[in-house]
Amino acid sequence: MADAAFLALTVITIGSAIAALEMRSLIYGSIALMGTLGGIAGFFFLLDAPFVALFQLAVYVGSIAVLILFTVMLVKRELIFKKIEDRRRKFAGIGLMLIIMVSLGAVFLDSGIKTITTDEPPVDFRDIGTNFVTYYWPALILMGLILAGSVTGALVLARREDVENDQRAS
Amino acid sequence: MTNELVDFTLVSVALLAIGIYGLAVKRNFIRMLFAVEIIINAANLNLVAFGRFLPHAGGQTLALFSIAIAAAEVAVGLSLIIVAYRMYQNVDIADFRSLKG
Repeated sequence: MADAAFLALTVITIGSAIAALEMRSLIYGSIALMGTLGGIAGFFFLLDAPFVALFQLAVYVGSIAVLILFTVMLVKRELIFKKIEDRRRKFAGIGLMLIIMVSLGAVFLDSGIKTITTDEPPVDFRDIGTNFVTYYWPALILMGLILAGSVTGALVLARREDVENDQRAS
Repeated sequence: MTNELVDFTLVSVALLAIGIYGLAVKRNFIRMLFAVEIIINAANLNLVAFGRFLPHAGGQTLALFSIAIAAAEVAVGLSLIIVAYRMYQNVDIADFRSLKG
């Protein structure tokens, strides 16, 4: 059975995920998204994975959520507060959400996952470091290249061609 | 551990369903990015939960890779939003018609 911390984290995570999508203001929505990401970090702490939890806090809550917040601030004021959606489509979406939740949930509850429990000690995070530099080292280098490439690509995409250098200076 | 694996998978299923709802219903580009983030986080939660219950260090390693790649994806996605907003002065994806193939 789940304990109280788990239930509290579930309420925070799922509640703020719904709030992130349904809040009228995009700014409050992105702050609610921060709640979801922080809640997931809490789940990682519950799963005895403090390294991943701190990574999640640093990367998601610390940088991605702030990046999204700054992008929202670049958008016009009336667009931040305008909800763009069709009413009929919304009901269909809620139906789809409930179908996925019930069917996948029933599959999981009916499967053998329910019987999996463990009394073994958690994975030592030194093993993760060893994994990174031994078995996964090509993937680690590739990941570094992908990150560098994506940041360069983002900068090139967002660059304005129509502004001259002397206009930039003033 | 008092929490079982199936609890974490059910939370993950709920987050996945909410993310799919957001992708299906919302027409705001930024909100669709929120939905994608929620789906990626549901996947990460599954990875770490299965890694804890097996127990195997591979789950956490893959989750770390996934978080880093998601950061790259968000950087590119946000710059695409900025470019599209500059071209159309709107964040409604129905207006981005000339992006259709």
